Amino acid sequence: MTWITKPKLHHPTLTKNKVGYTRRDYEGRISTLCAGCGHDSISAAIIQACWELDIQPHRVAKLSGIGCSSKTPDYFLGASHGFNTVHGRMPSVLTGANLANRDLLYLGVSGDGDSASIGLGQFANAMRRGVRMAYIVENNGVYGLTKGQFSATADRGSKSKKGVVNSDSPVDLVGLALQLGATYVARSFSGDKEQLVPLIKGAMEHGGAAFIDVISPCVTFNNHAGSTKSYDYVREHNDAVSRIDFITSRDEITTSYAPGELVEVPQHDGTTLRLRKLHQEYDPTDRLAAMTYMHKQQARGEIVTGLLYVDPLATDLHTALNTSEHALNSFNAAQLCPGSKALEKINAALR
Amino acid sequence: MQRTDTANPAWFHKVVDCQWACPAHTPVPEYIRLIAQGRYDDAYMINWASNVFPGVLGRTCDRPCEPACRRGRVEENNGAHPEPVAICRLKRVAADMKGAVKSRMPAVAAKNGKRVACVGAGPASLTVARDLAPLGYDVTVFDGEARAGGFIRSQIPRFRLPESVIDEETGYILDLGVTFKSGQRIDSMKALLAENYDAVFVGCGAPRGRDLDVPGRKEAAANIHIGIDWLASVSFGHITSIGKRVIVLGGGNTAMDCCRSSKRLGGADVKVIVRSGFEEMKASPWEKEDAMHEGIPIINYHVPKTFVHENGKLTGMTFEIVRAEYDAKGRRSLVPTGEPDAFFPCDDVLVAVGQENAFPWIERDCGIEFDQWGLPKLGAETHQSTVAKVFFGGDAAFGPKNIITAVAHGHEAAVSIDRFLHGEDVRQRPAPMTNLVSQKMGIHEWSYDNDTSNDARFKVPWAKAEMALASIKVEVELGFDAATAFKEAERCLNCDVQTVFTESACIECDACVDICPTDCLTITKNGDETDLRTRLTAPSRHLEQGLYVSGELKTGRIMAKDEDVCLHCGLCAERCPTGAWDMQKFRLDTTKAGSACRNGAQVKVREEVAA
Ligand SMILES: Cc1cc2nc3c(=O)[nH]c(=O)nc-3n(C[C@H](O)[C@H](O)[C@H](O)COP(=O)(O)OP(=O)(O)OC[C@H]3O[C@@H](n4cnc5c(N)ncnc54)[C@H](O)[C@@H]3O)c2cc1C
Ligand SMILES: Cc1ncc(C[n+]2csc(CCOP(=O)(O)OP(=O)(O)O)c2C)c(N)n1
Ligand code: SF4
Ligand code: SF4
Ligand code: SF4
Ligand SMILES: [Mg+2]
Repeated sequence: MTWITKPKLHHPTLTKNKVGYTRRDYEGRISTLCAGCGHDSISAAIIQACWELDIQPHRVAKLSGIGCSSKTPDYFLGASHGFNTVHGRMPSVLTGANLANRDLLYLGVSGDGDSASIGLGQFANAMRRGVRMAYIVENNGVYGLTKGQFSATADRGSKSKKGVVNSDSPVDLVGLALQLGATYVARSFSGDKEQLVPLIKGAMEHGGAAFIDVISPCVTFNNHAGSTKSYDYVREHNDAVSRIDFITSRDEITTSYAPGELVEVPQHDGTTLRLRKLHQEYDPTDRLAAMTYMHKQQARGEIVTGLLYVDPLATDLHTALNTSEHALNSFNAAQLCPGSKALEKINAALR
Repeated sequence: MQRTDTANPAWFHKVVDCQWACPAHTPVPEYIRLIAQGRYDDAYMINWASNVFPGVLGRTCDRPCEPACRRGRVEENNGAHPEPVAICRLKRVAADMKGAVKSRMPAVAAKNGKRVACVGAGPASLTVARDLAPLGYDVTVFDGEARAGGFIRSQIPRFRLPESVIDEETGYILDLGVTFKSGQRIDSMKALLAENYDAVFVGCGAPRGRDLDVPGRKEAAANIHIGIDWLASVSFGHITSIGKRVIVLGGGNTAMDCCRSSKRLGGADVKVIVRSGFEEMKASPWEKEDAMHEGIPIINYHVPKTFVHENGKLTGMTFEIVRAEYDAKGRRSLVPTGEPDAFFPCDDVLVAVGQENAFPWIERDCGIEFDQWGLPKLGAETHQSTVAKVFFGGDAAFGPKNIITAVAHGHEAAVSIDRFLHGEDVRQRPAPMTNLVSQKMGIHEWSYDNDTSNDARFKVPWAKAEMALASIKVEVELGFDAATAFKEAERCLNCDVQTVFTESACIECDACVDICPTDCLTITKNGDETDLRTRLTAPSRHLEQGLYVSGELKTGRIMAKDEDVCLHCGLCAERCPTGAWDMQKFRLDTTKAGSACRNGAQVKVREEVAA
């Protein structure tokens, strides 16, 4: 862990975004993770994405569970709301917070242990309910914080640092998310910010449950030969299906694309996701096709990355439950207390 | 781009902006750290070895290091008014707070039988003497004046530089067994050469002040003085007063010393009047500030036209008012505005419009050739004249500059003389001595203080204005106290603690790129420099600042570091899992006269890095 605080001094050309903040304003405290941990790169990508989206830091709630990955919300968005839940319980706490205050942007940060081992049930239910949030799993295939035991996402046949071979088959979080009804599903790699930043931006602006599985090497316990979550392995087996650009209505479109190369997905808030397909045949709006492609590639040992599926007409839990349009904390006494007449009516109905 | 060749000593040297800019290449950050540690003696000796006059320069240096200092660039758009580290005034701290350093002065070797004569006892000659006397050379320094120091003693007013400091620092040199022949002006180079010295060093300065030939000059001569002659007379106590109303003509440092001296000798209404614009004046910004702080107005764009007098008694001056006009090539010309001439009444005028070289004592047929500007023809680095055993340095060599340049010349000339008298080619220059050592002490511990200070530059306290103006001998600046010196020293970024990259260890995890507070680092595909500079994490603003480029990484990309605003905070090295980045202290000492500068001590032609 680094003992000094990151110097306040910044590059002289650092610019402010529309809401008056520099990128550095979206930082948190200095990381206590191991040097070179993939999780730190994901924090940097979140910082970049929030700055680019002109997000007001106090309009974000970042929630996490337990793990090295779940510690990271301390290292970004220092001026946002935060909650560290018990191990694996981030999704339910986030769901509650979201129901109480739908006006915030929700960022769920978790690990593969936190979401696929102890918290698998929580993960599954948040996805199927369509809780509006950007759910990021920082996936290293191990329990980093407790010294590198295999987690539930470790691939069968992959080797631990000590040479033990994993014999269990892995939980495929992306497959589950697709199956359970998530409306924005992506996979990326901590070492590829060009791909990751726009994916996070898309997820944060998405109108329903958005899930990103980010392969994030644990340099200390899972970055050796024989690991399938090491920097080298992921670089060798990365099969990117698409590159996305996140386009706001004011951006000028300058590049031209060959026919069939581009998919434009209008978002609920007027922005557009522009997908540059790297595979002609890949259709990111077809859930079934996405699942099939994924499984095929997985069997060949390839790691499919990019935006795998998006439903432009996504809705969320609030729509399903027909809840009030505003955050509960915005109601005044008159709205919260319907009066004695209403009470009498209710009481009468119960007699 | 090609992989950066860090084996070239110039590469890391250039990263230490201050040391690179210092003509004598003083290891600045090294002495600043020592000051922070309270090791003033050590800080002083580092300076002494490089620049010979730390106490003098800590008060008077033209400080080319400060405009170059990285801290000034780093503070841009970071709140406070951007300011470099107070490098010069920290040097003074070392000089003021040191204990007795006499015992640390070099031992003098047995005489080697060679005799060297130095003409003039200014900083250039004294540096030659300092470098050669300990080696066993029999050095004789001649000066027309009674005491050593040259212009340091005769020109720089006492309120900027107390005489005790000059005595101390010239003393250290003269005590190295140097023979000082004071009050002995050399009248003939031929006669001097006839005395069979093995080498002669000419450090006689640029002693002639330019005059201003406009109507009334002759008639009113009694109250018109040449600036540098007048300052010398003030220094030596021959002049102790001046009229109430004084006009100083000129915009250089001499003008600033003249006006501030006048203020202290009875001038109540003192003005500086200059032809050019305020910004283009030759004086350093801080000298202009100091003068204005003392209530001296600076009137610009006024070209002197006449000295007005009544029967030979000066009554004032008239000036033509001009403005600057620039042609397509950016060349300036001063054109009259058409306004009526301005008249300023006055009792005395000090003419400080420039300085010239003059060598009336060097016979033109003695073999020493001069160029069309009256300057000796010299080797640019060797300082050797067309007579092989005669060398020039300081203001006498390439025209008037400043003390630190004179010192740098002195070192180079001493190297030339030492090689020359050992029968070696003086054109071959010795490489500097360098050393690069990791500062890692533990996983997150460094042997330097890597925590960057957020403080703005501290001001040096001044004597109260009434006191300061009451006497020409009262020093205006008081110097930092120890506590402030510590805080100012902490502003230094330790630019000599270099970020050193080993590409074979890099796993491209981005940790360094992410942590860098000033966005210096980029991992990207290679390209030529112009292209690469457009693809960096942060825009590249200063093309003269190096791009440190690695060889190919595993993915075929390269690591590029823009050296421009690196804080040397070491976070890249702390966040690197494999130690691909390391913080290593680079020490560079220019090679001085002595065995190290001679053949056999790996003499290389000095390499320079292309900007
Ligand atoms: C008013 C004024 C203020 C200045 N202030 C500063 C300042 O603040 N900081 C700074 O860095 N620089 C300053 N300078 C410039 C600086 O003083 C000179 O650049 C520097 O002193 C040059 O050093 P030198 O060794 O070449 O010669 P000098 O210092 O000029 O010394 C030459 C010596 O040679 C002697 N001499 C000359 N001819 C003979 C002869 N024939 N025989 C014997 N002796 C001879 C002279 O008497 C003199 O002592 C100032 C200059 C002036 C005029
Ligand atoms: C209820 C409970 N069980 C077990 C633990 C021990 N524990 C702490 S972190 C962790 C695993 C974290 O793994 P992951 O979510 O993958 O995070 P990583 O450290 O790999 O980023 C475990 C099992 C705990 N804190 N709480
Ligand atoms: S143990 Fe692994 S996951 Fe945890 S901080 Fe270290 S490298 Fe990152
Ligand atoms: S910050 Fe320190 S080392 Fe860097 S240029 Fe300035 S004085 Fe020199
Ligand atoms: S030392 Fe490293 S982290 Fe610090 S400013 Fe320089 S390049 Fe950036
Ligand atoms: Mg994990």
